[in-house]
Amino acid sequence: MSDMHEHSVAYVRDSMLEQQPAPVTETGLVKWTRTNLFSTIPNTILTLVALYALIWLIWSVFPWFANGVWDASSIRDCREMLQGQTGGCFAVLAERWNQLLFGFQYPSELYWRPALAFILLFVAIAPVLFFQYLPSKMLVFTALYPFLAYFLIWGGSILAPIFAMVGLAAGYLVYQRFVAKSFAMGFFGGVIVALVALWILTSIPVDGILAMQQVESRQIGGFMLNLILGTVCVSLSIPIGIALALGRQSSLPIIKWICVVFIEFIRGVPLITLLFVANVVLAYFLPPGSNFDLIIRVIIMITAFASAYIAEVIRGGLAALPRGQYEAADSLGLDYAQAMRLIILPQALKISIPGIVNVAVGLFKDTTLVSIISMFDLVGMIRGPILASTEWNGVYWELWAFAAALFFVVCFGISKYSQWLERQLTTDHR
Amino acid sequence: MAETAQMTTDAPVEMKVSDEVAIRIENMNKWYGSFHVLRDIDLTVHRGERIVIAGPSGSGKSTLIRCINALEEHQKGRIEVDGTLLSSDIKNIDTIRSEVGMVFQHFNLFPHLTILENCTLAPIWVRKTPKKEAEETAMHFLRKVKIPDQAHKYPGQLSGGQQQRVAIARSLCMRPRIMLFDEPTSALDPEMIKEVLDTMVELAEEGMTMLCVTHEMGFAQAVANRVIFMDQGQIVEQNEPKEFFNNPQNERTKLFLSQILGH
Repeated sequence: MSDMHEHSVAYVRDSMLEQQPAPVTETGLVKWTRTNLFSTIPNTILTLVALYALIWLIWSVFPWFANGVWDASSIRDCREMLQGQTGGCFAVLAERWNQLLFGFQYPSELYWRPALAFILLFVAIAPVLFFQYLPSKMLVFTALYPFLAYFLIWGGSILAPIFAMVGLAAGYLVYQRFVAKSFAMGFFGGVIVALVALWILTSIPVDGILAMQQVESRQIGGFMLNLILGTVCVSLSIPIGIALALGRQSSLPIIKWICVVFIEFIRGVPLITLLFVANVVLAYFLPPGSNFDLIIRVIIMITAFASAYIAEVIRGGLAALPRGQYEAADSLGLDYAQAMRLIILPQALKISIPGIVNVAVGLFKDTTLVSIISMFDLVGMIRGPILASTEWNGVYWELWAFAAALFFVVCFGISKYSQWLERQLTTDHR
Repeated sequence: MAETAQMTTDAPVEMKVSDEVAIRIENMNKWYGSFHVLRDIDLTVHRGERIVIAGPSGSGKSTLIRCINALEEHQKGRIEVDGTLLSSDIKNIDTIRSEVGMVFQHFNLFPHLTILENCTLAPIWVRKTPKKEAEETAMHFLRKVKIPDQAHKYPGQLSGGQQQRVAIARSLCMRPRIMLFDEPTSALDPEMIKEVLDTMVELAEEGMTMLCVTHEMGFAQAVANRVIFMDQGQIVEQNEPKEFFNNPQNERTKLFLSQILGH
């Protein structure tokens, strides 16, 4: 050892170094700023310009909010109180919030009913949206919810929604009974039984039995109307869209052609046209004297419109699946309904989520088109009763910003949920 | 090819062929449009037989075994599986499919389900087995293909060889009486071929009736008790593996064997 010592470059550390922080310029905020905002001269210029634009925007909008008048009885009051300063006249929202949300004809003492229905909506859709985390027993409430919500919003006798429920339940039982033998037999048997049961039950007069105060459809308006149309049409058009997409792939030529013609026709017609048809023309096709609710007619048209689009989105998802998935399902002996439900649709729908959400968000915003056929939804309320009133004629920014904010909250929520769901359903490359 | 021959036991697997007929194909023909894919196929498979089908690509081997569980329709002739005549009747087709297991070249596992769910799905929905029992069966077969510890992963997290073994386990969970293999090792890396072939050899040793489209001639020599050679949609030659490899009769067979074994 000793003789080697002369040549060796041996080294023995006698004190250990303490841990030291990295240089300030290479960590945290400083590093982030440097790499993301000021990395090169052009980037620095862009950052400064963007910053200037941002500050200018806040600078000009902030006083509008901060000086906003919340308590005034008309736009002239607002102007007097502001005395020429910049400031929003939010008093219109404070005074007319009930009209904006519920329409101008909904009885104000009954506002709690749609409000309760709105809160329960979250309970009802939670087990659908978060199916991985919530017990499937909660779906019972989801199934009851449409009838409950109808009863809360429209009122009238509780027997009407109960009868509707019984009719549908009868149809479902028939379906359950026969579906094992043949899907077509179960499906059509169920539909026929449901229709017959509904026809018989609705002919029973129920007026005044166990009734709450009735609200007519034309009294329903405001953002509530948009929410009703949006929720009902989205939840109906997804299953109908799936059926249409599968029908379009069917090997039975008649079913296939019915689906193709429906989809292509609906996609080729503007929604506005369909709404005018719902408003005016549809009445000619109905038996005289039948009182077919305008809201139901509009729901049928919007649903038909959206389901054609959703069908095409889902068709894309189905086409993206490799043939091997169908073959594997077949080779295991799964029948058509099982293969679709367990293998094909879960994967195709997952692929289709962005497209479906696109249609759903578009549909929800399109519900404002009903203002054109003189229904007083949120936009209809603003354009009509509020802006036309002598008190608030001229308050544009505040009202439209409010409408935009309401729609934005809902649509952004849908979008965020769908992104979360997509991440949840990712099973590869983990 | 030599390695795959060595990896199996040198002594040929004991033959346990019964007289009972598992599959009977008579005068079967199939066309894709005007293209005559399968021509006058006659084939009788006995219970416990292990048949390897070889041939150049496009010769109709895959189409032949896909006709047996009606993934492809045949236009002429008859196919009888386990005594059930394969007709256009959906009931018959589903019966046959639940009795016949199939393993694909590209595994075709269901990517949205875990390995265990892949294996229990068909027993639960087709056989109406209680979930717990189906899971026990699935774990039994997953242990058999030596991947019980992956049961709760998704197919995308497994290697190709592991996925193919899961696919075999998934088929076995239906307790099939016949297994069809459609080029089960063609999409695998060389080092994964062995683990899949080992599983298949084990299955053969238990007396499973097997029809196997493959290019693994070592597997054919070790396990098959009949090798069928197809060309242009016809069965050109069939024989015991020893005779087939050592003494091929047909010119086309000779050419094929010289090409496949000559490298």
